[in-house]
This record gives sequence, C-alpha cells and structure tokens, in this order.
Amino acid sequence: MSTGSPVVIYVPRDSAARSVGADEVADRIALAAAERDREVSIVRNGSRGLLWLEPMVEVETDAGRVAYGPVTPDDVDRLVDEGLFDGADNALSQGLTEQIGWLRDQHRLTFARVGVIDPLSLDDYQAHGGLVGLRSALDLPPAQVTEEVITSGLRGRGGAGFPAGIKWQTVMNAEAGQKYICCNADEGDSGTYADRMLLEGDPFCLIEGMLIAARAVGATQGYIYLRSEYPAAAETLRTAIEIAYSRGLLGASVLGSDTSFDLALRMGAGAYICGEETSMLESLEGKRGVIRPKPPIPALAGLFGRPTVVNNVITLASVPGIMAESGAAYAELGVERSRGTQVFQLAGNIARGGIVETAFGISLDDLVHGYGGGTRNGRPVRAVQVGGPLGAYLPVEQFDLPLDYEAFAAVGAMVGHGGVVVFDDTVDMAVQARFAMEFCAEESCGKCTPCRIGSVRGVEVIDKIIADQDRDSNLVLLDDLCETMVDGSLCAMGGLTPMPVRSAIKHFPDDFDRPGVTPPPRATVELVDRHAAPQQPATDGIGTTEVTP
Amino acid sequence: MSGDQRAGIDAAALAEAVSSAVAAHRGEPGPLMEILHTLQASIGWVPPEAIGLLANELNLSRAEVHGVVTFYHDFRATPPAATLVRICRAEACQSVGARALADHARDRLGIDYGETSADGSVALAQVFCFGNCALGPAVEVGGLLYGRVDADRLDALLDGATS
Repeated sequence: MSTGSPVVIYVPRDSAARSVGADEVADRIALAAAERDREVSIVRNGSRGLLWLEPMVEVETDAGRVAYGPVTPDDVDRLVDEGLFDGADNALSQGLTEQIGWLRDQHRLTFARVGVIDPLSLDDYQAHGGLVGLRSALDLPPAQVTEEVITSGLRGRGGAGFPAGIKWQTVMNAEAGQKYICCNADEGDSGTYADRMLLEGDPFCLIEGMLIAARAVGATQGYIYLRSEYPAAAETLRTAIEIAYSRGLLGASVLGSDTSFDLALRMGAGAYICGEETSMLESLEGKRGVIRPKPPIPALAGLFGRPTVVNNVITLASVPGIMAESGAAYAELGVERSRGTQVFQLAGNIARGGIVETAFGISLDDLVHGYGGGTRNGRPVRAVQVGGPLGAYLPVEQFDLPLDYEAFAAVGAMVGHGGVVVFDDTVDMAVQARFAMEFCAEESCGKCTPCRIGSVRGVEVIDKIIADQDRDSNLVLLDDLCETMVDGSLCAMGGLTPMPVRSAIKHFPDDFDRPGVTPPPRATVELVDRHAAPQQPATDGIGTTEVTP
Repeated sequence: MSGDQRAGIDAAALAEAVSSAVAAHRGEPGPLMEILHTLQASIGWVPPEAIGLLANELNLSRAEVHGVVTFYHDFRATPPAATLVRICRAEACQSVGARALADHARDRLGIDYGETSADGSVALAQVFCFGNCALGPAVEVGGLLYGRVDADRLDALLDGATS
C-alpha cells in the first residue's frame, strides 16, 4: 500500500486531548513512521469532541477517515505494526469517524469543522464552507444581515439567552462614531468547554462571525476577551488573527469590500466575574473587573462608553452558518423559542463525555444516559448540574425535561451555556450547596452587598445546617438569604448563586437532614471578605439584616 | 509564607522592565491589564514597587493601579516558585474526586492553596475550571495541563517537578 503520497494522520491539538497525551502520541507516530520509512503528514486538528476517546487518532483512507482511540503513547508502535498507516482494524478501532453513532446522530452546524480541519489553515477553512457567510453578508445591506440573524432566532449562547439579532439591531441603530464588537471568551463555568474547543479547533469561524457582526452594526474594532486559563486557545487565536490580517480578512477593506475591521486579543487574569459582560468591559478597559449597573445597556454604552455588541464565542461562531444558509433554515431546528442547535457539553462523572451539538428539545436523559452512557465509574447517576456553577441541580426524576430555555426556567433551572455536569450517588448535595456559596464568596467582585456578604453568610448558615445546629430555623434563614441575593444582587453572580443552593435543598432534602454525619469540607480558603472593610463577626441573621436593597 | 526571603529585583532592572512593558502597549486604549501581563511575563511577578512606576507612566493614581493588580488572581506580588501546581476545584472535577486529590496534594506538599513550599520550589494554587471537564480531575503543573489525574499520577508529576 505504500505509495508516493504521504499518509495523512490526524492527532488533535486540543487541550483536552493534550492533557491525556496527544502530543506524545503525535511524536511517537512521527518516530514510528521515520523508523519504518513511511512518509506521513501529521495534522494537528481540533478535537471531534468524543473526549472519552482522546487522544483519538484518525488516518485518512480511500474510504474516509478511520478513528482509533483512546491511543496512549505506548500503544503507538503496536498499532503501527498492525497497519495503522493503512487504516487497518485493531483493538482500538472505532471504524470510520463519520459513522461513529455518537457523532453521526448529532446535528453539527457551529461545530461542523471542529476536529475536521487544520485549525490554522485558512484554505482548509474555505474548503469546508468557511467565508461563504461573510461574503454573503458583505453583499447585503447591514440591516438585512441583522434581519437574517433575528429570523434565525439565535439567542445568546453564553447563558443569558438574549436574542442576538435584537442586540445587533440596537447597536446598529445607535448613532456613534465608534462601535465595538466584543467577544466574551471568558468561559469560566465549570462543565463548559465548547468555547475553548471552538477557539482551538476552528478559530477562523469566530473571526468570521465577528466580521459579520461588524458589518451588520457598523463596528470597526473588535476585541476577544479570553480567560488566561486557556493558553493554548490564546496561541491559536493569535496565529489565526495574524493569518487573517495577512490574507486581507482583517484590517482595511475586508476581502476587498468597503468594510474595515481590526481585531485584537485581550487576556483576562483569573477572575470568574469577568465573564459577566459589564465586568468584562471594565476589564477590557484595563480596570478592576467590577460590574456596572444596567442601564445603560452595553449595546448603547458599552466599551469606552460606545455602542458595543457583546456576544459569546458560540453565538458569534453560529452566525457564519446562518448567513451561509439562511436564518429561516436555522430557525427550523429546535423547539418553542429555543431555535437552532445547542452545543451541549457532557462533563463530570460521565462515561462518554464530550460535545453533543443537536437541536434544542433533546431530553436530559437522552444526553446523560443516551449519549453520555451514565457515569464513568458505573455507579447510578444521582444529580446533574446544568448551566454551570450558577445552574440548578436536577435529580434523575426530572430527566424527561427537554433542553429548552423556557422549560428549564419553568422548573427553576437554566440551560445556560449547555454544560451538563454529572454526579453519581455518592454526591453529598449539602456539600455542593455549600460550595456554590463558597465559590460566590471567592469570585464576587464585591460591588454589591447581597453577593459579597450574602455568600459568606451563606457558607456559615449551611455549615450550621450540616452540623444540625437549629436546622429548621437555619433552613428558613438560608431561604431568606437566597431571596435577598436573588432580588438584591446587581448581576447574575449573586442573583443566581441561590439557584444551585435552593435546587439542592428542594430535590435532595435528605442531604440536609442528617445530623452530624457530614463534616464540613476541610476549609480550603479562609472566607475573608477581601473586597470590603472588616466585617463584624458572624451572628445569626446578619445576612438578611445587613443587606440594603 | 515564603517568597519574601527569595531574590527580589533591583530598582534599575524593574524600571527598565516597566518602561519596556509600557512601550509595548503604547497607543492601545485601556492598556493596564496588557501591560501587567507583559511585565509579569518578563520578570515573573508584579513587584509592589512597580505600582508607582506604572501610575506615573500611565497617568493613573497609585490606588487605581494597585486596585487592578490586586483584583485579579493571576498577578503575583511575590516572585514565582520554580513550579506552579494548580488544581481545579470546580464542580465537574469535584464529581470525579478532585477534593480528595487536592487533600492529597496539600498533605504531600505540606502547603495550602496560595502558599509556596519553604524552599521555593513548588507553589500550590486553586483554579476554578480549566475547561477540561470531561476528563477531570484536571491539574496543571508547570504550565502543562493534565487530565484524569489520580493520586498516583499527581505524585509522579510532583516527583518530576521537584526532582
């Protein structure tokens, strides 16, 4: 079978794949090929999102790409001897990648190219449908571009679910000399990694989405605000932006049109709150990431006080596909007011974790037990947390719930960014509730009292409940505190922290009812309120009496 | 807390590092964060003495610069340890044993989050999510991310880092 042309082998460069040895696997493949005098061309693609199979190696054959996984570095020599370079069958064979049921049954639009192409090849990008949406947008009047996005029904994928087209329209109609497009890539929610995978696996898709947004609203400057925990994504983006400039995609006269757009990458510095849009804007301006009260909304007074589109990575990356096909085609997918596809992320204790992009409306059970295959350790699933650390904990009894913004909201939960974290039956929900408050105390920006003080008091009250200290009255107190945080916080951090807490109490009351059996987790961080003047020592009820709305 | 007994930076070298970080971002709007990143990348930390220099260069008050430096977890006020070990504490990693793993790390290193070992070789920090949530527990050692880390694997990584 050895012919003149090199065998094309794909080994992901995605951080998740690299965290379990993909770099070593790629090195060993190169070495094995050299030893056997086989010419190979190793492409470092993004991940296909079948993360339990990572590192997943693919070999290009006449029949298509053949997948193997999970491949450890020590497997490589044996696999090569067994005919890896010819796509031969072996113990790690997964068959043709496109035929793997888990992948085949999905509806990949936003993630269509992730794992397929070389992320830093603009030619590969265009060969797989890239830039079609942008070219179409450049031919249309801006208002029509906005109209198309409104028609698609696309809602903000960062968690809030605000209609993207309406936001664009507001910015488009605002009178200003300078407008901005800001991409929120501060993906801090546990259980979510779709932004990272798209940035590492298909960065031009985000750039194209931002260009379309710029064209629609008349912005000439864009920023991508990326969290510092994603160094590999930063490297990929920097290179992609350079390539985009050198190929006339960015800068003056985008693809020869009258649209010009400059784009810069800005790095966060380890503050969860900067995923909140106004806090992110402050940080982009070089300030402390303290949230701004709204109004004014960023669409009218955003970055440096100018009209600004702030959209999440997946929202912007969904736009090129919408413009390439049509808003109406996108809107045909999904249910109710949740249109199109959502990029779900299966995480935590799950047998088959990874990216499931599918139309809204799929049930939790189909995601967790169907795609996910239950827990990684084989124990029964007890709870899932959907939508990040501010999302609700749901019991298996609610697994028939369809993934739909409104259906989730109706039961006191949220779809959020589409992350689903699975817990087995050993989870202690009182500990999880405590962690929600502890996390809020750690990451609160300190601007408003319900969040800054409420979260600290929340930890204390939950500790008393766990220790069976006046449990009944402390549960009432905790509920009061939650209500104050929901009603009185300036942003979603304090406003939504009660969601995991209350859902844990509601669905898993037994865990709050066991006197003394659950010692509080070893104190990890001193709960000192580092943003404010020294506080009084805690006393009962202080959380509710100190708060001023 | 160690760090204070380790080598600092002399005034001339610091002034040089600050002005070259500022120069690298001259003309950019709202450049303070970028400048701090550049400064920390070049000398490893943001010495308290840099705050006044930055304030002068950028026509900001010392309080404003101090506020930014201390708001963000990433900016270090002491020289870095030889190896930084960061353990994810977030929910997805919790569900696969991150709490026990973190306890193991703290017991083994004899330090808590935010602390540096007495010899300055290892610092331990908590992180809320590396975006490796399907392959947890996630740990970063010396800037490299590792997935599905159990106590044995962590020991091996720490052995590699401290030997």
